Amino acid sequence: MRRLLQVIPVFFGATFLIFALVYAVPGDPIDALAGDRPVTPAVRAELRHRYHLDDPLFVRYGKYLQGLSHGDFGTNFRGRPVAEIMRQRFPVTIRLGLLAFLFEAVVGLAAGVVAGLRRRSLVDSLVLVSTTVVVAVPVFVLGYCAQLLLGVKLGWFPVVGIREGWRSYFLPAVVLGSLSLCYVARLARASLMEAMRADYVRTARAKGLSERRVVGVHALRNSLIPVVTFLGVDLGSLMAGAIVTEGIFNLPGIGQATFNAVHTQEYPTVVGVVTALVLIFILANLLVDVLYAVLDPRIRYR
Amino acid sequence: MPSIPASADVTAAAPVLSVRDLVVEFPTTDGVVSAVNGVGFDLAAGETLAILGESGSGKSVTAQAVMGLIERPGRVVGGSVAFEGVDLLAASSEDRRRVRGSGLAMVFQDPLSALNPVWSVGFQIAEMFRVHRGLSRREARRRAVELLERVRIPGAAQRVGEYPHQFSGGMRQRVMIAMALALDPTVLIADEPTTALDVTVQAQILELLDDLRAETGMGLLLITHDLGVVAETADRVAVMYAGRIVETGPTDAVLSAPAHPYTEGLLASVPRGQSGREERLRPIAGAPPSLARIPPGCPFHPRCPYVIERCRSERPPLALLGHEPGAVSDLGTDRPAFSARSVPRSGEPPIDRSPPDPAGVGWEPAGIGPESASADRNPAEDAQKPAGDRQGAGDRQGAGDRQAAGDRQAACWRSGEVGRGDG
Repeated sequence: MRRLLQVIPVFFGATFLIFALVYAVPGDPIDALAGDRPVTPAVRAELRHRYHLDDPLFVRYGKYLQGLSHGDFGTNFRGRPVAEIMRQRFPVTIRLGLLAFLFEAVVGLAAGVVAGLRRRSLVDSLVLVSTTVVVAVPVFVLGYCAQLLLGVKLGWFPVVGIREGWRSYFLPAVVLGSLSLCYVARLARASLMEAMRADYVRTARAKGLSERRVVGVHALRNSLIPVVTFLGVDLGSLMAGAIVTEGIFNLPGIGQATFNAVHTQEYPTVVGVVTALVLIFILANLLVDVLYAVLDPRIRYR
Repeated sequence: MPSIPASADVTAAAPVLSVRDLVVEFPTTDGVVSAVNGVGFDLAAGETLAILGESGSGKSVTAQAVMGLIERPGRVVGGSVAFEGVDLLAASSEDRRRVRGSGLAMVFQDPLSALNPVWSVGFQIAEMFRVHRGLSRREARRRAVELLERVRIPGAAQRVGEYPHQFSGGMRQRVMIAMALALDPTVLIADEPTTALDVTVQAQILELLDDLRAETGMGLLLITHDLGVVAETADRVAVMYAGRIVETGPTDAVLSAPAHPYTEGLLASVPRGQSGREERLRPIAGAPPSLARIPPGCPFHPRCPYVIERCRSERPPLALLGHEPGAVSDLGTDRPAFSARSVPRSGEPPIDRSPPDPAGVGWEPAGIGPESASADRNPAEDAQKPAGDRQGAGDRQGAGDRQAAGDRQAACWRSGEVGRGDG
């Protein structure tokens, strides 16, 4: 319950921050909209009024929140409702994000657990080296490499676009999830190794349990706690990471829309998207808290 | 190493647990370290054997080696651990696993970290029945409640679903004990079971362990550094130093007339608690040696008040301490008087605690109130015995006794010859 209350300042703080940032950005959106054509002062004044551009920051923020309270994200400077843009673009990003999330959680955990159980083995070294490499290489380099090798040379996956359904999401999802996957693997590895050294694991052995049960029932659940925390927080950053990945693979998702909106100074779109991302982030964190309590009774009964 | 036939043992029945020449090594940056170096002992059903020693003496490693819990890179490199006649060190890991929990159970020092924080205590106890006996969830749960009642946890039926952090330290250790007792083990190993607990709770836990041992007839191997615990509960005691057993025998005998200078030092360092008498604790000078650098000769010589030149280069010859074949130690020293006493003639009761030995007499078990003293011993009466009665440890070290040192060290070497002759 207290967690729920904490959500409120987080929401207002984050949306106001982005609102203020956008406000502070130099340049006139009307000029950007008009491009090279001249704009008459009357038209300019009309547009400025329609988008509340002349109001002070707080008034604009207030009006924005007012609209938001009944589901109105506002309209962009071309008169298109931001909500409509998001409705169109979000499904692509959500598909991409979920697939990437699944990939990083499943593969990352598996690699981490195997490495953690076999310390200093070949598998362990392999996991350590490969995760270091992936962490060190920028995402776009990784993306282009994947495109070139798996897309162009081998032709296993489509290189760009979403025309081939789920298959076309595979490559971008792998690229998007790869960085977090490395963190998940390393976190799971370290956390499991720590759990395996814990006294309660020695107790489990002393009870004559099979190694499988010692690991699966006694060590794993404890070592999952930090991993779950990371995964929850990461759900939000996956959405942010989608901006680069969608750019590389030319996916018509929210990331691409945001990128374009920043370019054309379509601030209503930027603010709308960020607001939605903040909401997703908050929800993910709430989910983590719930899961946390499920995994760790010490938190449940405080 | 010489060995004497088992018939000479105090225990008439075959021991349920018999450890011989156990050697456990750990590789370290300083080279391979032998944490346990040739330890041996026997434990009979219904008997309490205490292994006494400072930290780093190898007592906990001994316990873990017996349980088969030595973790890599540590290794049991030699010896045997015979449980009910079967050498566990030679058994398959699957066979060992089956013995763990059902035949040999263990209670650890810190019950908070030894219990899994994310499972309810009921689950952790019921797990024993589910895994080893294949009972149903409900039946296992019912048995878990029974066990909690048996270790005297109030409101067992309500508390079975609670988690370790919801219990107090003493209650947690009771849960540990309940879990260890689930399958009626033949031997219970308690590794410092009271060290992490409040003083008042310590006595309760020891009493519980003792009662349960008496009820079930299991053998109790008590690992401790606390002389009070030893005096309170143990039938016999084995004193460890630097990975070896240096002395062993019936508790009363060892405590009243320690044969080894180390044991003597331990006794002298415990507060006696005699009223109206100013006294000083006499700690053993120095610290136990690092196992990577065990001194040459007798490992205790740098700290020994009776040290002579010979001790620095040479270990005293093998002395048969007490009466245990496995307890033979090449570090040992023994006085003839002790040898004579501690090797009982056949026909004597297994554990001789009856003589009005001034043993633990004046000294109060460390950290345990007088009210917890066992019923058959009357501390008040004991305390009245003249101090002159005691030829024991502490008194000997008085200023006037310095000349006794000459006799003492000589005895260290002489007794070795005596021991060898006997064997």
